[in-house]
Amino acid sequence: MVQSSGESRCPDDPYADIFSGFKGEYGDLIATLQMIQEKLGYISEESVKRISRFLRVSENEIFGVASFYRQFRFVESGKCIVKVCMGTACHVRGASNILDGFRRKLHIEPDQTTEDKLFTLETVNCVGACALGPIVVFGDEYRGQMLVKDVDEAIEKIRTENEQEGGAIK
Amino acid sequence: MNNGLNFRQLEETKAQILLSRAAWKSSITVCGGTGCHAQGGTKIVQAFREEIKNQVLDGSVELRTTGCHGFCEQGPIVVIHPEGIFYSRLKAEDVPEVVTETIVNNRIVERLLYTVPKKKQRIISEKDVPFYQKQKRVVFAHNGLIDPTDIRDYIALDGYQALVKTLQAMTPEDVIAEIKASGLRGRGGAGFPTGRKWESCRSAVSDTKYIICNADEGDPGAFMDRSLLEGNPHSVIEGMIIGGYAMGASAGYIYVRLEYPIAVKNVKIALQQAKEYRLLGESVLGSDFSFDIHVFQGAGAFVSGEETSLMASIEGRRAFPRPRPPFPTQAGLWGKPTSINNVETWANVPHIIARGADWYSSIGTQTSKGTKIFSLVGKINNTGLVEVPMGTTLREIIYDIGGGIKGRRKFKAVQTGGPSGGCIPEDMLDLPIDYETLAKAGSIMGSGGMIVMDTDTCMVDLARYFLNFTQEESCGKCIPCRIGTTQMVEILTRITEGKGEEGDIERLESLAKTIKTHALCGLGQTAPNPVLTTLRYFRHEYEAHINKKSCPAAVCRALVEYRVVPDRCTGCQRCVAACPTGAITGPRAKAHNLDPTKCIKCRACYQVCRRDAIAGDAIKIVPRREVTDARDA
Repeated sequence: MVQSSGESRCPDDPYADIFSGFKGEYGDLIATLQMIQEKLGYISEESVKRISRFLRVSENEIFGVASFYRQFRFVESGKCIVKVCMGTACHVRGASNILDGFRRKLHIEPDQTTEDKLFTLETVNCVGACALGPIVVFGDEYRGQMLVKDVDEAIEKIRTENEQEGGAIK
Repeated sequence: MNNGLNFRQLEETKAQILLSRAAWKSSITVCGGTGCHAQGGTKIVQAFREEIKNQVLDGSVELRTTGCHGFCEQGPIVVIHPEGIFYSRLKAEDVPEVVTETIVNNRIVERLLYTVPKKKQRIISEKDVPFYQKQKRVVFAHNGLIDPTDIRDYIALDGYQALVKTLQAMTPEDVIAEIKASGLRGRGGAGFPTGRKWESCRSAVSDTKYIICNADEGDPGAFMDRSLLEGNPHSVIEGMIIGGYAMGASAGYIYVRLEYPIAVKNVKIALQQAKEYRLLGESVLGSDFSFDIHVFQGAGAFVSGEETSLMASIEGRRAFPRPRPPFPTQAGLWGKPTSINNVETWANVPHIIARGADWYSSIGTQTSKGTKIFSLVGKINNTGLVEVPMGTTLREIIYDIGGGIKGRRKFKAVQTGGPSGGCIPEDMLDLPIDYETLAKAGSIMGSGGMIVMDTDTCMVDLARYFLNFTQEESCGKCIPCRIGTTQMVEILTRITEGKGEEGDIERLESLAKTIKTHALCGLGQTAPNPVLTTLRYFRHEYEAHINKKSCPAAVCRALVEYRVVPDRCTGCQRCVAACPTGAITGPRAKAHNLDPTKCIKCRACYQVCRRDAIAGDAIKIVPRREVTDARDA
């Protein structure tokens, strides 16, 4: 591993762990961002600073790359990420009605998180499970052939489970 | 000789694998594709595992999670070999019966067989299912047979034999000549002859060369690349190693789309196993050719499917396209000669090498050789992945394989080529599909998405959907695409909201022309296609929206009204419960009332009435104009 000048290792530092898998080349930027998001949930200002020191690339440039790609979040997401597929097959089967159902029920727009930090609403271009459209992905669970009325039920189910588990969502 | 030993070792390995499997009486294959997975496939696997244990069948029965079988509509799919018994829409509860009856007693469980709709005919064997009968599966042939996480399955079915043939008996020039003679063209969309691309990369002078597998399958509604990578990753890897040898490349990259986690996982496992078998790395199979493959996971940008953007993305930058020339085969990744080919293209390579260019070029049409995989989706009965020879007609795909249109509606159009493609109307259904015929019809082959639409689809809304997609995904580098698509979306949105003006169609056409001729990359240049083809074949729908403020298909929300058909409504109150705004009222067993001032047109009542209600179809969505006319009369 190449340790850049400004990086010093300290115990319990998640970044040191993450960076240890990379050579510290410019080409590592996107993969580094992906790993940080996977481990820490989102890209914080601190993350950008640390990558900047590790790769010796300006913070500006890192943010420029990160904000270009749909994958990266800059705020913490809710416990359950609801992804409504907006692919063509889902569209012709009424995906926009399903998305509206979530908007109405959760009182948020896509890419926003509910106040209780339980749900983040997102749209996705296509998850490639077109046979099941319209499809919604809750966390990593796929739910196909959604009807508008199923939206309420699905949200209530997650809310109940969350309460039963004392606030922890799988 | 050192080489021979290693080639022989592969042969011996294959023999050992086959021998170790001779004791299996039956093999249960469960489809592990995303479609079946989402419909509970994992639970089925678990249930089989337990039942095999309970009935003490370990050793004589093999359980295997395979790649996608393609018939996603019928998932989860289970096929029992050697008989090839096809069970569809299986539930975990059915598993003990399947094991007892079919595996132990050799009897078929009739009720779990696939039934051909309308004919009520039950089909026993997978190969007799009409969905598969008219297909010609070459690239997909082994998807339903092998466990993608176990290289031995691939080797047992002659996997990596094409690589052995390449390294033992062919020079790089021979390989390129073979690919050129086969007539293989790029399966990513544009259809550039693969052999010529390889030749150009081969002849470029450089100490380092790269090859890339483009698995950034961004077209919504297309998922054949995902299915191949998930289900048969070694076929793609073998194709890449052969390509690397032919072009003199030292390393390859597989650029996989963010939304395909299972594909990433399976490819990584496959690469690891290929390294353990010395199929990758230093001196492949003991030859003097060394080659390695890396996986790069995309970060969610449609434009990164464009080759120059994709390379920028691997280099760690924003996925901006750049003008060509220089073409990637001259100056690609990190300035080095690079050949980028699509997943399906790579997966074709081992077949061409193993069976010869003559065999391959005997399939297909004059200009387009081989087979093509299409993802048949939308308002169609048999949704799934379909592999057919080039030259098959749209009608054969949609009716014979796809089983026609869902429900009581009629066919309206089929959209091919994703956001870069176009819509093809009913009178062109007998078109034999190849690169040229689709282009002539105003569409493109694209990666093979085929979205079928019925009379309930509004073509203006669809055009708006696609333009909205490309506008959001436009990288913003060039002005025609960045501003042009925004302008087009604004006009289309206005039209669908009933605010269309005279001259809007002409404005769309003029913008389309400008974007087509001046945009920097393929994404921009093809972005207007959905509008141009719908204008070409469905101009009257645009005119109805603009002049009459009416949506003939009753889709555009601002232009429709919901109403209860009193004669059909039995007053079952299902819709009353489903309505989020209390717009529907009425006592049980009496026709309900719908208050249009409260109705937000969310479609909840309509869906409930169609699927759950006693009468069904008692709620109609009608073009607004029609309602007014009815009232006037």
